[in-house]
Amino acid sequence: MLIIKNLHAEVEEKQILKGINLEVKAGEVHAIMGPNGSGKSSLASVLAGRESYHVTEGEVHFHGKDLLDMSPEDRAREGLFLAFQYPIEIPGVSNVNFLKTALTEIRTYRGLPPMDAKEFLRLSREKQKLVEFDAQLVNRSLNEGFSGGEKKRNEIFQLAMLEPSLAILDETDSGLDIDALRIVSQGVNKLRSKDNAFIIITHYQRLLEYIVPDFVHVLYNGRIVRSGTKELALELEEKGYDWLKEESREKAETI
Amino acid sequence: MTSIQDIPLYEEVVRGFDQLTQTIAKSESADLRKTRLHAFENFRESGFPSIRNEDWKYTNLTRFLKDEYALSLPGSIAAPATVANAAKLADSARIADFDCYTIVLVNGAWDKQLGSDLPKGVEILPIAEAKQDPALAASFSQDGKDRFFAALNTALFSDGLFIRVKAGALPEKPLHIIHTYTAGTNLMVQPRHLWVAGERAELSVVESLVADGGEAHIWANSRTEIILHRDAKVDHVVIQSAPAGTRLVNHTTVRQKKQSLYNNYTFTLPGADLVRNDLQAKLEEDHTETHLYGLYLAAGQQLVDNHTLVDHQKPNCFSNELYKGVLLEQSTGVFNGKVYVHQDAQKTNAFQQNNNLVIGKKATIDSKPELEIFADDVKCSHGSTVGQFSEDALFYLRARGIGEAAARALLINAFAFDVTQKIKHAPVEQHVNRLISLHIPVTHA
Repeated sequence: MLIIKNLHAEVEEKQILKGINLEVKAGEVHAIMGPNGSGKSSLASVLAGRESYHVTEGEVHFHGKDLLDMSPEDRAREGLFLAFQYPIEIPGVSNVNFLKTALTEIRTYRGLPPMDAKEFLRLSREKQKLVEFDAQLVNRSLNEGFSGGEKKRNEIFQLAMLEPSLAILDETDSGLDIDALRIVSQGVNKLRSKDNAFIIITHYQRLLEYIVPDFVHVLYNGRIVRSGTKELALELEEKGYDWLKEESREKAETI
Repeated sequence: MTSIQDIPLYEEVVRGFDQLTQTIAKSESADLRKTRLHAFENFRESGFPSIRNEDWKYTNLTRFLKDEYALSLPGSIAAPATVANAAKLADSARIADFDCYTIVLVNGAWDKQLGSDLPKGVEILPIAEAKQDPALAASFSQDGKDRFFAALNTALFSDGLFIRVKAGALPEKPLHIIHTYTAGTNLMVQPRHLWVAGERAELSVVESLVADGGEAHIWANSRTEIILHRDAKVDHVVIQSAPAGTRLVNHTTVRQKKQSLYNNYTFTLPGADLVRNDLQAKLEEDHTETHLYGLYLAAGQQLVDNHTLVDHQKPNCFSNELYKGVLLEQSTGVFNGKVYVHQDAQKTNAFQQNNNLVIGKKATIDSKPELEIFADDVKCSHGSTVGQFSEDALFYLRARGIGEAAARALLINAFAFDVTQKIKHAPVEQHVNRLISLHIPVTHA
């Protein structure tokens, strides 16, 4: 589904991704962990198409197409979804209107007619229930005055509505209390299927107790330095990230 | 002062005034004739405004004053083509699902065939028929110091609407006044309106301004006086959606008596080459309340200028003003908000806010709040912002599959929402939102 080859990227002329290789197949959940500043969120931004990030080398294929050649909206229409670390508040745009517009544009891109109002309402109710999202929040302005937890849950609600094939969750667990964390994870688990895939970016192992990944990758200094199964996350939890820093320093010295 | 000799319109105006004094003015009262003459002398002295006049500093009229215009003078009968156009234009301005009384004006003159039945408890007359009314005489500027277009209107006006809501009357439905402007050759019209809300009376008016925007240029120099007596309430929506080729200069003076409430919502949409709105609220007695909301969405080469004045003359009055502007393409916006608090006007609450979104690379805005406060126990604030699209908001929308143009449209609507949501009639709000959406072009560079 997603193939990343030797991806290099920079922001404000600072190199932040220095050769990422990763393959994600349908049905898989990949966790990307690493200390602050290792490039985790940058990877998410590059994949979603944020314009301040410039790819300097490498390629990314999504469902066989050149992802890096697409506008952010076309990436979303092709089935990529980024759950934002800091969802934006947009006063005056209602959540419902926003979702309707997004869904219509995605459907038009795929040659489908717009969903009628009744069907949209049915779908919206079903997904609200699935991810335990408050109906009152649906009718409010997009994220305006939402608490941190409500914003993150809104991301998961949008994810449920838009049904992407690949969802990237960028530190969705940050700022969540334990109840919100449980609700968000349950939502994600319900949405997992053999046809879709998730990339879960997190600093802590905590979220991975709820959403069990198939693979865990450790990102450090713009590169994936270790890959493994869910046990790697536990190891990181135990040892922290300091050993990574030492290991990479040693490596640098031997070279 | 503009060198008046170079302006063909000036010659036409002088000729028009002579003609007027020979014709209808003869049958008018001595007082009115004197008022006209005095106003015309004032106009002669001031000429048309130039950028050297402080109030017109950012609004250069040179390119509009180059054209020749004929004056629309009383006694000229509308050609059948004009009537047919006006009917079509009026239909384009009607608001879906809006239950209202309708009055249609064609180049300032009331066309009764095109409107609906009229509300009870409300006196509505063509202004010419109200000339003997003392309210009309009283509505003319007391100090006689008008200049420029305001003076010109007083000197030359012939058509317009006189509306008086009787004391305590509450018309069942709002009144929709559709101003249509249509002409085969360049034309200047000078409509004048006077609305009086008696004590405890209520009046809700929606004004729509439409024009046919053919080859011919139309200059509407219109003036409205609104008087609110004690405890009266007036809700006043203005929707200006005339096309290119139209030049609009509107001068509105609101006079508020004790405990009256006046709400104004002014929407200016892309189209008219020039829009200059002068809106002045004079709070002549205590405990009044005034809300001024404005939204200007300008595009093309448009020049949209809103000059407002809130004149706090007496104590314990409240005023609140929110104007928002979206400047697309090469448009120019001007906002000048003056709040004047007299020494007498203690316990004044006066708030003002002007926010602008400058989207076109060549678009500009001049925003100028002006507070002059001579009382010491007041609460006043003002703020002015100029910004661009939030790149983060745009990216968020695009990351959900919403195309760039649609995302920008959503953000413009969201920006305007603060103002549009203030409209009290839902169908009118939807109508305005639709007009905004219609006018958001796909490319904004």
